[in-house]
Amino acid sequence: MIPYALRRVALAIPLLVGITFISFLVIHLAPGEPVELQTGDLGIKSSAQAIESLRKLYGLDQPLYVQYWSWVTRLARLDFGRSFAPDGKPVLQKIGERLPITLFLNIIEMLLILALAVPIGVLSATRQYSVFDKITTVFVFVGFATPDFWLALLLMILFGVQLGWLPISGLRSPTWEFLSFWRQHWDFLSHLVLPIVVATFGGLAGFSRYMRQSMLEVVRQEYVQTARAKGLSEQAVIGKHALRNALLPVVTILGLSLPGLIGGSVIVESVFAIPGMGQLMVQAVFSRDYPVIMGNLVIVSTLTLVANLLADISYGLVDPRIRVGRRGRS
Amino acid sequence: MNLRVRDLFFLLAFLPGLSGCGVKVEGKDDGQSRKSGSPAYGDTFIEASIGDIQGLIPNITSDSASHEVGGLIYDGLVKRDKDLNIVGSLAESWQLSRDCLTLTFKLRKNVQWHDGRPFTAEDVRFTYETMLDPKTPTAYREDFLAVTRLAVLDPHTLRIGYAKPYAQALETWGMYMLPKHLLASYVHEGRLREAPQNRRPIGTGAYRFVEWKSGERVVLVANPEHFEGRPYLSRVVYRIIPSQATIFLELKAKGVDFAGLTAIQYTRQTTYRAFEKAYVKYQYPSNAYTYLGFNLKDPRFADRRVRQAFAHAINKQELIDGVLLGLGREATGPYKPETWAYNPDVPRFPYDPDRARRLLAEAGWKDADGDGILDKGGQPFAFTILTNQGNEERKKVAEIIQQRLREIGVAVEIRTLEWASLIKEFIKKRRFEAIILGWGIGLDPDQYEVWHSSKAGPDELNHISYANPEADRLLELGRASCVREQRKKHYDRLQEVLAEDQPVIFLYFRDALPVVSSRVRGIEPSPNGISYNFIRWYVPKERQRYTAG
Amino acid sequence: MAAGSHGQVRLFWRSFSRNQLALAGGVVVGALVLVALGAPWLSPHDPHRPDVKKILDPPSRAHLLGTDQIGRDVLSRILYGSRVSLAVGFVSVGIATALGVILGAASGYNGGIVDAAIMRLVDLMLVFPRFFLLLAVLAFLQPSIWTIMAVIGLTGWMGVARLVRAEFLSLKEREFVIWSQSIGASAFRIIWRHTLPNAMAPVLVAMTLGIPAAILTESGLSFLGLGVQPPYATWGNILNDGRDSIEIAWWLSVYPGLAILITVLSYNLLGEGIRDALDPRLRQALGRPARDGR
Repeated sequence: MIPYALRRVALAIPLLVGITFISFLVIHLAPGEPVELQTGDLGIKSSAQAIESLRKLYGLDQPLYVQYWSWVTRLARLDFGRSFAPDGKPVLQKIGERLPITLFLNIIEMLLILALAVPIGVLSATRQYSVFDKITTVFVFVGFATPDFWLALLLMILFGVQLGWLPISGLRSPTWEFLSFWRQHWDFLSHLVLPIVVATFGGLAGFSRYMRQSMLEVVRQEYVQTARAKGLSEQAVIGKHALRNALLPVVTILGLSLPGLIGGSVIVESVFAIPGMGQLMVQAVFSRDYPVIMGNLVIVSTLTLVANLLADISYGLVDPRIRVGRRGRS
Repeated sequence: MNLRVRDLFFLLAFLPGLSGCGVKVEGKDDGQSRKSGSPAYGDTFIEASIGDIQGLIPNITSDSASHEVGGLIYDGLVKRDKDLNIVGSLAESWQLSRDCLTLTFKLRKNVQWHDGRPFTAEDVRFTYETMLDPKTPTAYREDFLAVTRLAVLDPHTLRIGYAKPYAQALETWGMYMLPKHLLASYVHEGRLREAPQNRRPIGTGAYRFVEWKSGERVVLVANPEHFEGRPYLSRVVYRIIPSQATIFLELKAKGVDFAGLTAIQYTRQTTYRAFEKAYVKYQYPSNAYTYLGFNLKDPRFADRRVRQAFAHAINKQELIDGVLLGLGREATGPYKPETWAYNPDVPRFPYDPDRARRLLAEAGWKDADGDGILDKGGQPFAFTILTNQGNEERKKVAEIIQQRLREIGVAVEIRTLEWASLIKEFIKKRRFEAIILGWGIGLDPDQYEVWHSSKAGPDELNHISYANPEADRLLELGRASCVREQRKKHYDRLQEVLAEDQPVIFLYFRDALPVVSSRVRGIEPSPNGISYNFIRWYVPKERQRYTAG
Repeated sequence: MAAGSHGQVRLFWRSFSRNQLALAGGVVVGALVLVALGAPWLSPHDPHRPDVKKILDPPSRAHLLGTDQIGRDVLSRILYGSRVSLAVGFVSVGIATALGVILGAASGYNGGIVDAAIMRLVDLMLVFPRFFLLLAVLAFLQPSIWTIMAVIGLTGWMGVARLVRAEFLSLKEREFVIWSQSIGASAFRIIWRHTLPNAMAPVLVAMTLGIPAAILTESGLSFLGLGVQPPYATWGNILNDGRDSIEIAWWLSVYPGLAILITVLSYNLLGEGIRDALDPRLRQALGRPARDGR
């Protein structure tokens, strides 16, 4: 097991380098230079001298590979630089403020999606082409097909404005600090209901269809047929044998779906005014805050890499076949 | 403040800011709800801001959100009152010498920073030096370059000297004063942005800073020691909500107490009873105009007849009706109607497509090949209008103008660009044919920066490259005098010259359309908008919503 | 489907036609293509012509789906929008497929270090939140219709590359390839000729699922103001224009919203139907529908 894990980790290292490389490239492909913009933003009257000094400060007068190298070596010391925004905060601090809420939301969404998608997938697989299968198929695809911001606005109008049951946006009520301990938690959670519903509905299709697919494959396998032939009840066959095996690949998918979920946060966070990574990314992109954009790309993709790694390793733990011979997927 | 150089204001804040400076104000309520109930301390006032604030030292930021918050935390030496007169704030009084070259301020005594330290003339000198320091990343340096010397006579007296009369001298001292004892070392090292002050500010203002959660909210509480008296509203919360649609829904659900409306929201979406009960709607002309500008280096637009033809081809009233639903006024020049510098008697260009076609024909543009597009020397008259992305209003204006110019045989393409690259790649580099943008105008009529031919450099504001010797002379005369009657003469003539020249087509001044929760009283609409007396706003005890605050 | 096997086609069709949802999806997809092609003849009005006297008029006989904020006919805009929206889907998926086929083939045929390098690149691209990448790139380049197509395409080729590679690998060991090599034929040509038809079916499915994802991605970008710019109408930007007046002008958001919903739904049902009806061996490789910037 250990060699297997080590091998996976070793494979991740070039990917890590690749992440920094692509993040750097994306930004520096753009025409124009960041400094110009920064001064432009500070006042159209900034002098050539100011631009020159900023250039020096950020090392932009050097060739690209030198810039890349100095950037990467700083990254290695966890120095992501300072934001170009007038608040001038360290990038890592900015991300640190935003990451927890995004992760929190994504984990809850993931759990909810799993809790709903697994039974939907299993049931629609065991009853392929039944009415249940058709209804859930349409249902999950409607979720997939509805633009998030549109669904979000409709839900906000219904539950926030018309019925007044739930807060519309943000994370806390304006008088949050005057609430009792338990009310504070309730207040916080009630703010999360709508964003979670929107994101979960949108993400349901992916997992439930995968589950259905996986189940259909497994049911056709020999050992399931054998179990059936042995006269085991259908429930036992599905529950005990088929389900376990069908769930295995889902572990890998969990890791892989993380970037999609975080990417999806961009819109959900913008509509619901949630101060997370997605919102930070949009802000940084619009103000061309290069250090923050690069930092975001690196941090989020590294997190995904780690999640994938964990998924792979745990997959190896539950399925011994993986460890020997082939090196997993791809 | 000076001429607002950054259109960023209008990009980031689709909402008209709190600070208006209108002349005609139409409070839409009957006046009753505003007056009943006796003043009381307490309650929380919730505002929505579409962009996160950039920092809490507004002297080095340029977004409207941080200026709005900063305005409550900091004070300047002077400010504008409801009738737009300059009155003292941190300054008790001042004296301008007869030759307009020396300005002496007497500061209020016993003013304290929020941390208890006294505010003195040294802080003023420090602020001035900070603004001049090349290491300070500020956009307002220009305001202080005219100062030749600044002397602290005693802890509460300052004397400021100018080399030549500078019309805006007094106004520039409305700049927020910064605490020397907290910032001196940061300014010195050129690290002002990194100072804790930028995150947790200490000011002299009516509100004290409590909390700023990035991207979420900023919380302020009333400063009971403020020299103008304790503000009634005890807390102010700025909620950062990046989507305009969400802000409006929050407003409908009474989640925010103040917001600016769009014209459609104002006329069509807020006319039902429950809304009109919960909010009072205000309407007054904002101090920004929208224009269609041309690159005058382009030979086609260098011909004045072409610009005049376009002015005749565009129906300004149609734009106001179509885009602003009537909530705006035609612009004839860069000054707002009914401000003292405004000149109503300038040449006008009524909508007249035939006249437009004749003028273009005079300039040599004819449809020789019969394809419906005018041409000259084999070249069809086609060009691209640039405007900034995300501004729905300007997009609509562009779309309507496109249609109107098409009718006189001019083919127009529209391109919307992300703000930063529009400025950097196109405006500054003069890589544009025409633009639709807006100018925010200051309270002083000095617009030297925008129209003077010496200001056409790449980093300067005369990006259309306008050059007219008479306009240059008038701008110079106007700013070098501090006598209003003399200045008025120059600016009147300037407006005639600009109207005749049409270097840009002045389209309209839109109205600011703020709404405020009806439980808030003490709002007195004035030529200066509504927010100038924010510290006197109150909620009667029985109507306070957030009692815990 | 492998060359010349009518039996397989019939088998496929028998299985596919049993799936009513997929059939319905197929019919809608076909109809949409016709609508997009016929937009100029079907549209009752000029989709770009504003009329300030008809701002936000509700649906009427003259304007079946009402008018927008500057008085343009919503029906005509949606019809024209279908062209741009579908074009965004088709072109970006076309780019992704072309890239995926080339890289996948190179990887599967060469094996060894080329394979390892390309597969690492695939892993790398999959680690980035695609929507973040799109945002970063689009903010710097101009979000014209072409850059949007290109960027969506350039960030979406990885699935196809894996499919094609797997197909190459499995065929490389087959007898007829080894046999043809032994008689001196170019192995690459043989594999190319046999593999592509075989790989085409799953690639087709991937494309069918990729088109709706691209349409959704464009609408998400429109929400942030980075989508296709005017004067082009897309369903995404019509929907986005409508969001500010959603409660007084429902027609401005409901119709484009439904257009997106029905299109994406139909493509997905069709794509899944094709997959289900294909040789089961191919199914697993396809994985799940991916969605960005939801």
